[in-house]
Amino acid sequence: MDPSAFFTSSAVHIVAGKGGVGKTTLTAGLGLAAASLGLDVLLVEIEGRGGLPGLFGRNRLHYREETLAQGVRARSLSAEEALVEYLADHGFGPLARRMIDTGLVEVVSRGAPGMKDILLLGKIKQLERAGAADVILVDAPASGHAVTFLRSPRGLLDAVASGPINSQAREVLELLTDAARCQVLLVTTAEETPINELVETAFSLEDEIGLHLGPVLVNGVLPDRHLPADVRRAAKRAGVVLDVGVRRALETASAYVRRRVDAQQSQLSRLDELLPLTRLTVAQRPTAGLAHAHLPALADELLAAIRAA
Amino acid sequence: MPVPADLDPGDLDPDDLDPDDLDPDDLDPGDLGSLVAERSVLVCAGAGGVGKTSVAAALAVQAATLGRRAVVVTIDPARRLADALGLDGLTNDPHRVAGPWPGELHAAMLDTRATFDALVARYAASETQTAEILQNRFYRNISHALSGTQEYMAAEKLYELHVADRFDLVVVDTPPTRQALDFLDAPGQLKRFLDHRVYRLMTSGKRGMTGVLNRAGFAVLRTAGRLVGAPVMEDAIAFFTAFEGMEAGFRQRAQQVHSVLRSPATAFVVLTGPQLDTVTEAAFFLRRLRAEGLETAAVVANRVTPRFVEDEATLARLRELAGGPDRPPGEGEGEAEGGAGAAAGLAALAAAVLDQHDLADDEDAILAQLSIAPSARVPLLDHDIHDLDGLDDLRRLLFEV
Repeated sequence: MDPSAFFTSSAVHIVAGKGGVGKTTLTAGLGLAAASLGLDVLLVEIEGRGGLPGLFGRNRLHYREETLAQGVRARSLSAEEALVEYLADHGFGPLARRMIDTGLVEVVSRGAPGMKDILLLGKIKQLERAGAADVILVDAPASGHAVTFLRSPRGLLDAVASGPINSQAREVLELLTDAARCQVLLVTTAEETPINELVETAFSLEDEIGLHLGPVLVNGVLPDRHLPADVRRAAKRAGVVLDVGVRRALETASAYVRRRVDAQQSQLSRLDELLPLTRLTVAQRPTAGLAHAHLPALADELLAAIRAA
Repeated sequence: MPVPADLDPGDLDPDDLDPDDLDPDDLDPGDLGSLVAERSVLVCAGAGGVGKTSVAAALAVQAATLGRRAVVVTIDPARRLADALGLDGLTNDPHRVAGPWPGELHAAMLDTRATFDALVARYAASETQTAEILQNRFYRNISHALSGTQEYMAAEKLYELHVADRFDLVVVDTPPTRQALDFLDAPGQLKRFLDHRVYRLMTSGKRGMTGVLNRAGFAVLRTAGRLVGAPVMEDAIAFFTAFEGMEAGFRQRAQQVHSVLRSPATAFVVLTGPQLDTVTEAAFFLRRLRAEGLETAAVVANRVTPRFVEDEATLARLRELAGGPDRPPGEGEGEAEGGAGAAAGLAALAAAVLDQHDLADDEDAILAQLSIAPSARVPLLDHDIHDLDGLDDLRRLLFEV
């Protein structure tokens, strides 16, 4: 797959997956990868929960956008700020502030679930319509919440039969169901539970909402280096003398790594059977931190994976 | 319960993470073994993906092993506990899990809606009032799966099981969100909500939508109606009207829940992985607990990278075998014939051990940022936990038995 074609196949890419699978890191890596191709990238964080700013050495992101790296801008969307903006743009005038300040909107919006979500998605739609960037990457809420989040326009179309929220929901749904404008990139690790959740999420998003699913990103995959199972034999053949301590360390490590590689490989086969989507795998990162220094390497790896797909 | 907008969830700035800010003496890094043996309620909190559900279940298994009657409640919408217990369709009512322990193990999955319904039924003055509320569309929307409501019902469920006298220990797995510990403040939220002017505004409109909206002072309500649609507003007003008279009962209950959460019988277990993002989240929870004046907590570091070598001499030998520190690990060909293939295989293996070792060093440095040293460190297992045997392995690692 040509990476530029991949990134421009739709303007909006929603990156979703279970908590802890590395969704935010991959969103940042994809952003750098697209920027390295000369594309103009906007990263979008929802309700400021994520580690996105930390990846770029920032404490937080704001509603107004800022530049994080060359060709990469980012902003954090909040429902409240989106609402203030929306009310101002739609002629609700001076009452808007009061409605928010009294807590009325907060209380009532709970009664029509998805109200906050539609404000956030509405803002993303507005950014897409305004051509805010070549590639808009959205770091979506964790999987269970992502489905609720993305289902909000359908739910609201039923709950609110007319008025500005109804038209907003309709327009958001048009964006979400148009493969030329929006796709979902699901992220998982090669483990049983995250894969189960991924498959469930994939079917919900496609069947219930009509979203277009792009490739699945599998994070933290251990390379299969075909490590020797019999350390003693390998040492003998190689003509290397190992003392007991070294040999035991190597034996334990070999057994452990090979079992993990096997477990991951069988989970990957299971994923392929359950979900016939293109799969992009990313190797385990050499650090437990979220060091900015590793992002360029991650971006290169993602580009290579896209080219190979 | 809905949270009014004027409720500031905290002066707890998550980005303002400073380990020195926490006095370790304030939080007793409780020994996990005595927590499980002696407490009546354990609340597990931590970021998504750190293995909270399986650790919560393993704590309950340990209690059952000690002869206690334990119940584990998950409020995670994913069916992870069901996976861990090899069960399908856990429900709101505890379900007994058979196993080789002298005590009892029960498991339940929080059904926010059913818990809320039961609470309404308990405090309604009549069946008519119950029915009116349960059928209200606004109620149906707020009573399931909305943030805030879920945390509050988790606290309610915990309380219900705690006072039922059927269990010696209730272990609760919180939702994988920053807001997970909001249930600590659920009573306060409820009280503020009931005192909130929106509530008073709406309940004063007993004549219904028309009555309320025609009054000059309610321009704000009218505008909100224009925004969200009149039916939503009508439903909301009907709900608040129907709810009238139940506040006292709800308040009292909230106070009782509050007391249990703060009693010495309750302990908080904060879980973390070894990665920076999960540690940041754990630090946030520790700050939150401290801000709430809660004194006892244990920290569990889960899925840490195992080390296969400790001493410097072995490490040096492995570096030699791997081909020196600057050489990238080669592809091994363990099964290939010949000495060259075997040497490459050994080099790849040594490099893999060294990679793991470096990663473990990194993780240690990150975990050291926590104000409380983990009471237990569970290595990343080479298999997934999806059955009772797996839970028992996890239990042994947690309690070093």
